[in-house]
Amino acid sequence: MEVNQMQRSFLEYATVLFREGFLDGQFSQLQMLQDESNPDFVVEVVSLFFEDSQKLLNDLTTTLDQQNVDFKKIDAHIHQLKGSSSSIGAQRVKNACIAFRNFCDQQNLEGCMRCLQHVKQEYLLVKSKLEALLRLEQQIVAAGGAIPVLSEFS
Amino acid sequence: MVSTCDSDFANLNKGNVEEEPHVLAVDDNLVDRKLVEKLLKNSSCKVTTAENGLRALEYLGLLDGKKSSMNNNALKVNMIITDYCMPEMNGYELLKKIKESSLMKDVPVVIMSSENVPTRINKCLEEGAQMFMLKPLKCSDVKKLRCHLMQCRG
Repeated sequence: MEVNQMQRSFLEYATVLFREGFLDGQFSQLQMLQDESNPDFVVEVVSLFFEDSQKLLNDLTTTLDQQNVDFKKIDAHIHQLKGSSSSIGAQRVKNACIAFRNFCDQQNLEGCMRCLQHVKQEYLLVKSKLEALLRLEQQIVAAGGAIPVLSEFS
Repeated sequence: MVSTCDSDFANLNKGNVEEEPHVLAVDDNLVDRKLVEKLLKNSSCKVTTAENGLRALEYLGLLDGKKSSMNNNALKVNMIITDYCMPEMNGYELLKKIKESSLMKDVPVVIMSSENVPTRINKCLEEGAQMFMLKPLKCSDVKKLRCHLMQCRG
């Protein structure tokens, strides 16, 4: 597949992700920050997000599983997850966190458990989509092409 | 060597502010730390990150009980940017500690938060914060920061 075609595939896929709300303008900000001094910046930040999120989701699962649920702890974890998802532009994860937080404020355990499932779902979805998008990016770079700019989405 | 008269100018004239202001960035979120670091580096700032208020104070040589003579680090820092919501010591508390220090009180402190809470913002500005920024940070936010830093000089 030649570079132009790869670049078109990348743009088409990115457009879908933005349109379906998986990503928002903040992701474009990340792309704009990447430069020759740090050509792997987006991959690095996204990888950090994956590691961090996995840990937070595990902690949330454990905390919700306790006899006496510590809602303060839940709130603290959600705050972190909401923060990092917002910073990388993972919009649906961020929104799921906001809903989760509301149930946490109400100390509604059932609501929290449902929200945790939802956040997990959204996280897995955006993870696989980001991995696919970044793979396309890597193919373009490997073929000597430039990564198309996503500034119209920022 | 810190001049006691034109302290604003003296503080900002430490090191090579013309080329590379040194910013201390404080945030407990890993993803956000990486993002703010890159944003600042792309704006030609030298960056040191700290994961919480205590580490920040330690870096600056301002930890209570540790009577330190002039700490080199404090003299090098031209600006501090800190998250508001951090466990144990939040951004406001960190701001207060910095403003209580005769050595650091004139160094501009910027507070960041994902939450737009007017009372919180006013409290910080009243305590002497230079600016308040809403997260997630974008490229344009840091450009504003840089202009502001430059204008502060004499």
